[in-house]
Order: sequence, then structure tokens, then C-alpha cells
Amino acid sequence: MIRFENVRKTYYIGGEEVKALDGIDLFIGQGEFVAIIGPSGSGKSTLMNIMGCLDTADSGIYELDGQRIEQYSENELARIRNRKIGFIFQNFNLLSKMTAEENVELPLIYQGLSASVRRQRVAEAMALVELTGRGKHKPTELSGGQQQRVAIARALATRPSLLLADEPTGNLDSRTGVEIMALFHRLHQEGNTLVLITHDQKVADQAVRRIKISDGKVEEVT
Amino acid sequence: MVWQCVKMAFKAIVANRMRAFLTMLGIIVGVIALVVLVSLVTSAGDAVTEQVEGLGTDLIRVTITDDGGRPLQLEEVANFTLHEDIGAAAPVNQVAATARFGSERGRATVTGTTPSYAEISGVTMVAGRFLRTTDVDNNTHVAVIAERAAEALFGTTEVIGAPLSLNGRPFTVVGVVEDQESLTNLLMPGHTIYIPYTTAVRMADHLSSAVTTMIVSAADGDMNAAEAAMDEMLLERFRRNPDAFGMFNQALMAEAMDEITNMLTYLLGGVAAISLLVGGIGIMNIMLVSVTERTKEIGVRKAIGAGRWSIMFQFLIEALVICMIGCAIGVALSWGILEVASFLVGDVMDFRISLDVVGVAVAFSLFIGLVFGLYPANKAASKRPIEALRYAG
Repeated sequence: MIRFENVRKTYYIGGEEVKALDGIDLFIGQGEFVAIIGPSGSGKSTLMNIMGCLDTADSGIYELDGQRIEQYSENELARIRNRKIGFIFQNFNLLSKMTAEENVELPLIYQGLSASVRRQRVAEAMALVELTGRGKHKPTELSGGQQQRVAIARALATRPSLLLADEPTGNLDSRTGVEIMALFHRLHQEGNTLVLITHDQKVADQAVRRIKISDGKVEEVT
Repeated sequence: MVWQCVKMAFKAIVANRMRAFLTMLGIIVGVIALVVLVSLVTSAGDAVTEQVEGLGTDLIRVTITDDGGRPLQLEEVANFTLHEDIGAAAPVNQVAATARFGSERGRATVTGTTPSYAEISGVTMVAGRFLRTTDVDNNTHVAVIAERAAEALFGTTEVIGAPLSLNGRPFTVVGVVEDQESLTNLLMPGHTIYIPYTTAVRMADHLSSAVTTMIVSAADGDMNAAEAAMDEMLLERFRRNPDAFGMFNQALMAEAMDEITNMLTYLLGGVAAISLLVGGIGIMNIMLVSVTERTKEIGVRKAIGAGRWSIMFQFLIEALVICMIGCAIGVALSWGILEVASFLVGDVMDFRISLDVVGVAVAFSLFIGLVFGLYPANKAASKRPIEALRYAG
């Protein structure tokens, strides 16, 4: 379902070569709950960007859902992100001028779905994160945990192949963080594929499978 | 998708009401300048052209300024009409007179002329008849008076056969004509009265039998041909002295007026268009600020699947919507200003909003929104999602 084969990505910062990803081989199957853990500068963000189709690798193979993600154009990548990937960010990244429902609806609008289908999908997603009835609130009127659940609903609304969470509990207090992690467990049990990127060992420990990344290389943690 | 973009644009504008309004202000002022100025000029121009046309665009006024010792005689006037391009010709002279009927007195401008006058200047009879050739030949004391003069002096327009005294000389009213709403008539003080040319000559010391003013009409409505023919015949008559006479073609006058109005319209329209352009630059400025401010939003939208075109479209629509709202407000205010202006000047002039210029304003605003929205929209659309997401704004 997700397959990395000798994926490399090199940056040049101030004339210096930085091997962010140095030959990554990785397989994540359908329905897995994987945590990728690593300190900052380990290449974890680069891995997430490539996995999330925000960026493409210099060399190697990245296959998502049986589809090789190659040097696609920006628009093609946007389409893949729109249909296959649900992002969950550390700082939620909700659009503050829109209501919760409108935020959840946004990726569906970009899919070009009809209003009735959108309404139904939004309601489903809001129900999944137990926020039914809070749809008309603006993000600023919601607590941090609620905001993150709206963001999760937004990620779920398109029924993506992969939920990609980048430090989803990083901006939450520990009690709310536990709630969000519980939600992730539920989503996992319902069959969703989850990849969680974190530097927090305690968060990573809750995943079923842990992968450690350092200096651009990955290794399984058993 | 388009509808969604328009909705998003409205939302973004409403969210930044004050800023959007200030941005629109440039467009509003520009549109008002364009619509009001052009409407004022076209309305005023139309009014003036109407006035000029009221003078009779189908006649040429000939003035003899220097007869070189050979004055033009009344008998010669008829000779001009022998030319195939000339319709009719009538000599004209004027005497200021006191008109009196019983105890009723009034100032009058008495025009001495021949029967052709009625045909050339389009006089409409209300009652009785106009002057006849026999009146001119026999210098009879008959008078044709305008309706208003009849009302004022006699209190009725049924005055055929009534006695009328002009500067103490007894006249008989033989006809009543409609007042002509032309500038010449407005400029003539007092009542309008027509008498035979020869009679008028005898009434005033300053008038001789020499013809100094004529009005001439064209044979087939071809004023230019008639003017050329008159020019040639008069040159012939006055020993090829071009300074002997002057001609005033009112069709040319109307044309010249039209040209002046058009020029003014383009000039003022151009100036106003520049202010619209400045408004457009204001929009571009704000849109650029907005794009930078919303870098994060662009990043999020791109991450969840907005393509280049969606982002581009969103910002472009936003610029267009700002322009169109500004334009609508501008047109509405222009209408109000023109209504107030019409009210203030009263009956003299009616300032109508020119629909043509409204069309131009709308088209121009759209164009400006498009041109000045394109660069910021493209800037927004070109942002790389990773960097945009990382932007801490």
C-alpha cells in the first residue's frame, strides 16, 4: 500500500549537501498504525512531505496505493493529495474564517462533489469525531482538542487511503492528547491506515508499529 | 467550483470589510468620475445640440458686410433661387418697435421679410395667412404675429383683421404663427412680429432697401451644395471679394458642437479612466498584501488538494468581486449625484446617466480587476505548499 524503495532526497543549504533521505526502504500495509519517530533534523519532515505528496523524491520509488508517485506536476500532486491523503497537522491548520463544517467541506469542494454529497460526507465525518452539532462554530470558538478533531474530520471526509498526522498532539495538553490518541485508535480499528510522525516517544509507543528515522535512514523498532 | 470560488471571495471580502472598502474606494471614485463627468458632458452637449438644431439646421444665413458700393437689391434675391442647388431665399431685416393695441403696449422685434421666410425657417400657421408677394410689392401694412404676442396684446389668438400699431403706424393682423423655440427667437426681445420687407425698410431710418441679411435653404436638403452655390454666386456678384459676405451654415454649427462634445467626452473620460487605473493599482497592492498574509491559508488549501488553478481562480475572483462591488457602488452614487445635479439646475437641463458610459465603466472595472488581480493571483498560486505551510504569519 505504501512502498519506498531506495528513496533519496538531498538538499543544498548554503552550498552544503544535506542528505535528508539517504536510501529509504519502507513498506506500510493497508490498515496499519505506524509511528515514525525521530529527532528534528533526522529527515522526518522530508519523509512526511514525500509520503504526503507535498514533495517528490530525487530518486527511488514511492508507490502509494499501487500508484507510482513520480515527478508529477504540481496539479497532479494536488489531485493525489486531495483524493488519497488526509493531513492532520500539529497546529491544526484550520481556516479561521470558516466554520468547522466549511473547513471539513473544503477538500470535498476541490474534489468537485455536489452539494448534497458534500453535506452527507461532512455530517459523517463530524459524527466520526463526535462533533455533531458543533459544525457552525468557528475554530476560534472551539477548544484545542475540538479543533484537532475538526482537522481529523477534514482529513477523513475524503475517505483517503492514508491518514498522515504530523505531531497531532504536539499543541495539546496531555489529557486532550490522550483523547486524540484514543480517537486514532478507534480510526485504526475501523480500518484506516494511519501514519503518525512524532518526536515524542510516549506518543509513538501507542502505535502498533514504530519506525525510527535518523540521519536519513529508517529502522524498525521492535 | 466557480460558484464556490465566488462564495469564498465574498467571504474573504466580508471578513476584511474595512480593508475591502478602502480598496474599493479607488474604483468607486474612478467610476463616479467616469460616469458623472461623461454623463454631464453628453447631457449638456445634447441640450446644446438640440438648441442649435432648433435654430434650423436646414438653412444658411448670409450676411453682406461690404457691398463695395453695389448693394444687393431685393429683386436680386429671387435670382439666387434660380440655381438648382438653392431651394428658397428670403431677405431679413429687423426693427425694434413698440406694439400697441388699444391700451395694451409691448416691446416687439419686428422682422421684415418675404413670403419665402415661412418655408425656409419652418413657420407654422395657427390662423390666417403669412406674408404674400403682393404685400411686399405694395409695402402694405399687414402684420403676422406670434401666438404669445397675440395672447399678450389682445388676450386671444383670434385676432385676424385686428388693428395693431407698430411705432405709431397702423397695421392689420393677417396671420398668427406658432412661437419658434429657437435660440434666435429667445434672443430677440419682446414680441415676435413679421411684416413685409419693404414696409420694414420704410419704418426705420437705419434700414435701406439694400439687402444685408438673407436666409437660404437648400434644394434637396444638401446644405453643403447649397453653401457652395451661394458662395460662388456671391463671389460673382461682389467682384470676387471674399470679404464682402459671410455665411453661417447651422448644420456645420451643430456638427461642430457635436465634435466639441465628443472631444470633451473623450478627454474627461480619459482623465476618469486614469483614476480608475489608479484604483486598479490599489487593488493590486492590497491583493499582494492579502496573498502574503494568507500564505498559510494557501498552504493549507494546497495540502488538502487545491490545485494551482483553484488558488489562482480564488484570488482572481476576489479581485474581480472587489472591482464589481466598487463599480456597482460607483454607478449607484453617480446616479444619485446626477439626480441631485438635475434637481439643482432645475428645468434648464436634465442630466441623464449615460448607459453607454455605465457599460464602459463596468467593462473597464472588469478589465482592471482581471489585469491587476492576475499578478497577485499568480503569486498565490505559485507558492510551494511545503513552504507556505511552514510560513508563520
